[in-house]
Amino acid sequence: MIGITSYGAYVPLLRISRETISAATGWLGSGKLPGEKAVANYDEDSLTMAVAAAVDCLEGTDRGRVNELYFATTTSPYRERQGAGIIATALDLPPDIRTGDFANSTKCGTTALLAAIDSAKAEPGKNVLVSASDRRQGKAGGNQEQSCGDGAASFLVGDGDVIATLQGSYSLSYDFVDYWRTESDTYDRSWEDRWIRDAGYSKFIPEAISGLLKKHSLDINDFAKVIYPCLYPREHAAIGKKLGAEPAQIQDQVFTLVGDTGSAYPLMMFVAALEEAKPGDRILVVSYGNGCDAMFFEVTAAIEKARDRRGISRHLASREELASYEKYAVFRDLLAVDTGRRGEDVSPTQISTLWRERRVVLGLCGSKCKACGTPQYPRQVICANPSCGAVGQMESYRFSDKKGQLLTYTGDALAPTPNPPAVYGVVAFDGGGRYTFDLTDCDLESLRVKMPVEMSFRRKYRDTLRGIHGYCWKATPGRD
Amino acid sequence: MAEGIRDRVAIIGMGCTKFGERWDMGPEDLMVEAFSETLEDAGIEKKDIEAAWFGTCYEETNIGKGAVSHSIALKLPFIATTRIDNWCASGSEALRGACYAVAAGAYDICLALGVEKLKDTGYGGLPQNEVQWGTLRRLIDSNYTAPGMFAMLATGYFSQYGIAPDDGKRMLAMVSSKSHRNGALNPKAHLRREVTVEQIMNAPIIAWPLGLFDCCGVSDGAAAAIVTTAELAKKFRPDPVYVKSLQIASSSGQEMLYSDDWTHVESTLHAARRAYVEAGVKVPREEISMAEVHDCFSITEAVTMEDLEFSPRGKVKEDIESGFFELNGTLPVQPDGGLKSFGHPVGASGLRMMYEMYKQLQGKAGPRQISNPRLGLTHNLGGVPSHNVASVIIVGL
Repeated sequence: MIGITSYGAYVPLLRISRETISAATGWLGSGKLPGEKAVANYDEDSLTMAVAAAVDCLEGTDRGRVNELYFATTTSPYRERQGAGIIATALDLPPDIRTGDFANSTKCGTTALLAAIDSAKAEPGKNVLVSASDRRQGKAGGNQEQSCGDGAASFLVGDGDVIATLQGSYSLSYDFVDYWRTESDTYDRSWEDRWIRDAGYSKFIPEAISGLLKKHSLDINDFAKVIYPCLYPREHAAIGKKLGAEPAQIQDQVFTLVGDTGSAYPLMMFVAALEEAKPGDRILVVSYGNGCDAMFFEVTAAIEKARDRRGISRHLASREELASYEKYAVFRDLLAVDTGRRGEDVSPTQISTLWRERRVVLGLCGSKCKACGTPQYPRQVICANPSCGAVGQMESYRFSDKKGQLLTYTGDALAPTPNPPAVYGVVAFDGGGRYTFDLTDCDLESLRVKMPVEMSFRRKYRDTLRGIHGYCWKATPGRD
Repeated sequence: MAEGIRDRVAIIGMGCTKFGERWDMGPEDLMVEAFSETLEDAGIEKKDIEAAWFGTCYEETNIGKGAVSHSIALKLPFIATTRIDNWCASGSEALRGACYAVAAGAYDICLALGVEKLKDTGYGGLPQNEVQWGTLRRLIDSNYTAPGMFAMLATGYFSQYGIAPDDGKRMLAMVSSKSHRNGALNPKAHLRREVTVEQIMNAPIIAWPLGLFDCCGVSDGAAAAIVTTAELAKKFRPDPVYVKSLQIASSSGQEMLYSDDWTHVESTLHAARRAYVEAGVKVPREEISMAEVHDCFSITEAVTMEDLEFSPRGKVKEDIESGFFELNGTLPVQPDGGLKSFGHPVGASGLRMMYEMYKQLQGKAGPRQISNPRLGLTHNLGGVPSHNVASVIIVGL
């Protein structure tokens, strides 16, 4: 049996109230949407969140078993340099895998998942990882600024302990130009909201669902949950009603908690549904964006064994309010900030060094001495244990999935950062190994010597002069 | 078996510029200022110098790579010159080169000069050089600064010895306050103002728990020394200062990667122990008369007192509070104001420390004069607590 064998998700720690946004920019004429939205920290983007969701999804899985990786996003940091390749390196996946990016439409997350299932079916025994992630940014004062949230979802597809099987699908493709962005645009452009709502959103989703139901001779009431993204809260409810679904059948759209997370949105809702699904449940998942993909899943008995994930519910429960719109604006590059002369001294990145040390830099892999067993980061040739000192006896050792303790720390007001003071400290990993790492998703006041930390893939710097996004791993207090 | 250089080399002349924001002086001007004083003090001419070692750290704001630009600045007559960069210990490294060359019998008279022009960066603190630990480290390391890395020493120390942050900050404030008091007596010091413990504790935080006054001055300056053999020394002056020991220890990597406890600096301990053996010092706390140590930050001075075995491990607070290291205390530390108050032009600092020990031993330290000093110690640390180079030099009459 081929199907979904694991799921994972990521919702950034920070949330901003839409009230905060409208208080700052509402005078520009945009209305006020309800609730809050999830906001990527200053060092997070679609790639880092895709890694976080994939890490959640791969919990307990031997990463050497992954054969393919698909990354879906409309906000890849690079136009040329594959996101899936960066994610695969960050996850320390083997190099003999197939990777691909699905992009340019918010329905690309479901398209990637369908492709993953097709691929796994074409070659049984194969495991395909999908991670969909978006960090969309509307212009200050616009509707998108309030509606779009940040997040990611990830699925592993293969055989073995399948928790949900794809029973059927139905797709629509329309060149419906509601949102668009050319190669030189920073922000989306859009057509009139009323037109998007009435001529696109509230037409295509029912059309896709009806098409699927007809194709597979099903009734809307055959489904435990019906999932489709929410672009307009009132219209989201109206679509369900129009389809004849009971309100309880409609999956909570988390619009007032997370926001519209683009390509990840329906898949994040799907993860939330799986967290509560019972064996035998049928779940209908529909995406939206230049058409729709509608997918019909059936949950198996194995679902009970796959629940030890942070997923959506635990990520939602751990939150921190970003109370300042100005801070949000700085994190999102909406405000030009004076970093001082010090902040302007950005050194060039040696790409050849990055290539040579990709497992160290992107994969957080160090060495473990085969002679004395000491783990050490970054990779060493000569063992750092003074009573060993073996030369060339190292094997690769992955630190990204190890937890640790904070040995010491500081909050540095001199180091240039979008979120001063820069917090960093020394992490002693459980099982051995220690190094200095930036700390993130925490403030100085919350830090204590010996507190537990874990590692999170983040953007370390951006060299806008040379078009480089530098990534590394930082330490965080972890999410409950 | 080699026995070191105890009493084989003597310093016969020294010079040191005023440290500070020398906006009107380039690195060449600073070098000439220190060099001229040194020649005059030694009573020799430029042509007597046979080889020279230059300590500078930051090319970004300095005179350039290599030693050539340095020899050109002083118009040295085609002698062998070497430039050394070993972080903030570059000045002591330059002195080591000169001393060892004389001890080896290769030359009779050598010059060591350190210079740094820091105030051409356009911002406070040391230059922001992301690749200073290499191109790989730039890709994985925190974007840390010197105050941040040393602040972690304070966090670790406070935690290890159960010192509440306020008590710890007070202890560190006493360290800085003492150095400001000494520096106020020194006309060549950068920051010549007394600062109270309360002012220090209430100053803006630079890197928690270190505040503004826990950090040393970032300065322009130069310092130099002329060394010769012990045999020749008295031909030049009646009061040459003899090198009793000169030891340097560099990190092995184990501190960061394997064993660092973030409560001390391991390389200082190694350099100190070797220096005491070389100089024949058995009980440093009793035998060392005075010291200039690398107080880039107040916490660095505090833990250095323990690494130099002046204070028992974890007990420096008691010595700080009892005034043990004050100018009128049992073991005066930073009589010239230290990096804290005299300032810290990186490449010059090691030689500036020696300048004070030299003047004190000769009884020429003016209002800061310590009575009858016998042995003076300099401790010069380059790098950050987890990876660094430490020098310990002991001199006496």
